[in-house]
Amino acid sequence: MSPDLVKTIFGRLTWDAIPLHEPILIGTFGVVALGGITVLAALTYFKVWGYLWREWLTSVDHKKIGVMYIILAIIMLLRGFADALMMRAQQAIAFGDAAGYLPPHHYDQVFTAHGVIMIFFVAMPLITGLMNLVVPLQIGARDVAFPFLNNFSFWMTVGGAITVMLSLFVGEFARTGWLAYPPLSGLAYSPDVGVDYYIWSLQIAGVGTTLSGINLIVTIVKMRAPGMSLMKMPVFTWTSLCSNVLIVASFPILTAVLALLSSDRYLGTNFFTNDFGGNPMMYVNLIWIWGHPEVYILVLPAFGVFSEVVSTFCSKRLFGYSSMVYATVVITILSYIVWLHHFFTMGSGASVNSFFGITTMIISIPTGAKIFNWLFTMYRGRIRFEVPMMWTVGFMVTFVIGGMTGVLLAVPPADFVLHNSLFLIAHFHNVIIGGVVFGMFAGIVYWFPKAFGFKLDPFWGKLSFWFWQIGFFFAFMPLYVLGLMGVTRRVSHFEDHSLQIWFVISAFGAVLILFGIISFVMQMVVGFMKREQLADKTGDPWGGRTLEWSTSSPPPAYNFAFTPVIHEIDAWHDMKQRGYVRPTTGFIPIHMPKNTGAGVVLAGISVVVGFAMIWQIWWLAVISFVALVASAIIHTFNFKRDYYIPAEEVVRVEDARTEALRSLA
Amino acid sequence: MTPSSLKKLALLPVLLLLSGCDWVVMNPSGDIAAQQRDLIILSTVLMLIIIVPVIFLTLFFAWKYRQSNKTAKYDPDWHHSTKLEIVIWAAPLVIIMILGAVTWTSTHLLDPYRPLDRLAPGRTAEGVKPLKVQVVALDWKWMFIYPELGIATVNELAAPVDTPIDFDLTASSVMNSFYVPALAGQIYAMPGMRTKLHAVINKPGVYDGFSANYSGEGFSHMRFKFHGMNRADFDKWAAEVRKSNDRLDGTRYLVLEKPSEKVPPQRFASVEAGLFDKAVNRCVEPGKMCQHDMMAIDKSGGLGMAGVYNVTTLEYDKRTRRGEGGIRSFIAALCAPKSAPAEAR
Repeated sequence: MSPDLVKTIFGRLTWDAIPLHEPILIGTFGVVALGGITVLAALTYFKVWGYLWREWLTSVDHKKIGVMYIILAIIMLLRGFADALMMRAQQAIAFGDAAGYLPPHHYDQVFTAHGVIMIFFVAMPLITGLMNLVVPLQIGARDVAFPFLNNFSFWMTVGGAITVMLSLFVGEFARTGWLAYPPLSGLAYSPDVGVDYYIWSLQIAGVGTTLSGINLIVTIVKMRAPGMSLMKMPVFTWTSLCSNVLIVASFPILTAVLALLSSDRYLGTNFFTNDFGGNPMMYVNLIWIWGHPEVYILVLPAFGVFSEVVSTFCSKRLFGYSSMVYATVVITILSYIVWLHHFFTMGSGASVNSFFGITTMIISIPTGAKIFNWLFTMYRGRIRFEVPMMWTVGFMVTFVIGGMTGVLLAVPPADFVLHNSLFLIAHFHNVIIGGVVFGMFAGIVYWFPKAFGFKLDPFWGKLSFWFWQIGFFFAFMPLYVLGLMGVTRRVSHFEDHSLQIWFVISAFGAVLILFGIISFVMQMVVGFMKREQLADKTGDPWGGRTLEWSTSSPPPAYNFAFTPVIHEIDAWHDMKQRGYVRPTTGFIPIHMPKNTGAGVVLAGISVVVGFAMIWQIWWLAVISFVALVASAIIHTFNFKRDYYIPAEEVVRVEDARTEALRSLA
Repeated sequence: MTPSSLKKLALLPVLLLLSGCDWVVMNPSGDIAAQQRDLIILSTVLMLIIIVPVIFLTLFFAWKYRQSNKTAKYDPDWHHSTKLEIVIWAAPLVIIMILGAVTWTSTHLLDPYRPLDRLAPGRTAEGVKPLKVQVVALDWKWMFIYPELGIATVNELAAPVDTPIDFDLTASSVMNSFYVPALAGQIYAMPGMRTKLHAVINKPGVYDGFSANYSGEGFSHMRFKFHGMNRADFDKWAAEVRKSNDRLDGTRYLVLEKPSEKVPPQRFASVEAGLFDKAVNRCVEPGKMCQHDMMAIDKSGGLGMAGVYNVTTLEYDKRTRRGEGGIRSFIAALCAPKSAPAEAR
């Protein structure tokens, strides 16, 4: 074949793109392929394909979609954490004559992928998953406002994740850092496919995130049970609402700025190039106008989880509910006027820098108020140290340190010496691990019995907590020190041997966190094996206070046979106090949305569009894009979108629950 | 105890922690970096006023109100206290008001764009002539031009002690950040832009300098030594640089600009006048229009359709020079100098 024809058919894709010369990647590919084949074979052997397709992949049930989001997050956590271990290992050995085992070309991809994966494909699916699982239950709804959209959003997120993972074995990922600042990420300095993988994976996943944000806002605003005024909403629902408002208001900025960068790379425009009047500073501003709200998108739902957990396990009403709500709203608004603190050192004037420094510090006031509210919820409580509560106390101690170093970095002259240093790295891992990760883990352990009907194994849960907690301090305290020694991030080789000991300690901490992750998975495995022993028949295993604990565990597809009526904050606690009697008769058919495979199909085609654009296989890009639009239009002609659960079926399910409850009594 | 000795007492643990260590950010040799260090300590101490009680109370409450402790008071419906609410909002507010005031003043006083008014505590900078240094971040090394001395170096920076240094910075290709921790906080060096930094070194010595912002493949080794010298030593050093056989002009700059790693220090006895301005305006290449000219034309309304024809395709550009192939266009100067290649005119 002529080279031109080959290029027309395959675009930039050649055999060179397959990393046959990289033993690490070949090994990884072997493991992934082997694992994948094993899973596929097992699914086939146990004949669960049909079940999986009907009950999970095509499901529009918010609970199942929530669970699938969390599974995606845990799988991607393994990838993101493998990157972290590789970095820690490289930095622990690459001193002087020892070059380490990762050349810059590979190391630079690893730290970029680590950041992108941890934020977009671990933290984001964790919070979206938890919000999906819990919010409709907390507000007494039967599903989200747009159930199909929910399924589509999930699969688009998976599509983005698949695109990132593809870069591991076909071509390479960006070597730009996780925010891909131009001009480095422009065509002139990153001509290969790495940045294109970055752009397309985020654009595909971004569609899902934005739509799911809209979906949850509408759900919370329109679908609350009668009587649940805004100021009677559970705090987790409040923080979810604020987080989704942030998503809807900020993700379009990310989409736009990446579209401009794509335009520079594909069409030869000059938005962010060095020449022709391009302005890279514009990219830096835009990406952080998205990027700063993003960290609050992540941490607000975590704050919500802690509020639920602390009040449940202290068996006490949350202290300062209104103050908590206002603090959340203030944080939501303020998070939009602080973005410049990410680049004080790019030469803004003193007045601009002070403005953004001070607005940043102001955020610590409502955040501090929240911490005090949790503290005074513990005061005069009866604290049960179940695993979720341990994560919460761990969070309070860890997070305030991260908050403190954050305010320190908000003082511009201090930032001038600490910016881009390992001190900064330690700071944001301090708040993201100590805040978001601990919060999501607390939430997973807390709501797991609701989703599956049995608790997780507490022994492995506690082990996981201690490994993470201690591992965190070992891994990141040395980075604070290294930052004060003037060590910069993203360096793959050092000359100064006196630094090495700190990196070795940090690597040790990372290994402890590895044990934490293993224990986290083990608590699920052991929990599953001991599911009879750990079973929750009551639906309310922790003495919960909010509506989700009023249904069975796992809840029926319709969540609530009758929509509850709300009179008080902590609706379920209030119902229990007033001697609520569960209705056992008078059931009527329930109107429910129907499953559809359209989400899987649309997201699948989107990945093909992305792949074709990355490798510049234009014919495939055109065909798959037309197919994408056509499939979306065809889906609009699918009128079989809903069905009724017959009254008899409801009676059967509810009777079974009545029986189960009676046997307990 | 007097307030000042109280303050010292409060700082004692911090100072103890730092005294035994050789942490350059905490133990710098330049007045600006020292003031930035003091600010770190002050802010940290201010915040510890809140943080320490919170951590202590968290652990204390967690222990005291544990389920097994039946003697502790249990009040399941206690959920509001106006007095406490006022305290928990006011306490952080007060700290942030103090810190905010400190931030406003210190940000203005330590603004890298602001010429120094002191060399060290109690020593005015008035009457001391600053040393001008122009810095260009290249892939992946640093170029330093001393316009008043007419010399230049690569990956080697020297300055006399107790003399204000007036840096102008730019970059040739991607963003870097110029950082000598012992001297002063960092400032970005960015293509097509000019940033400034004022600093002073107070102790003679050899210090590490590097790029603090990831800039690609060779970033890890984009380091140089900064020599703080007595005036006499500095003059001797400058005289030695002048003995070099190399001179730095546009052509040499374009060669130097090509990506390279771990470049040993180089010295240039003379420098083409205005080279730094050309680097900032991205027109070291002969025949390429300078950004300030472009902006001036645009400001006065642009050239209209005629401007399109001025975008001449040439074998210029990083990609070609990086050996990556490809042809990119740029805007040709309207009056190309004689030295420009024919196709650019």
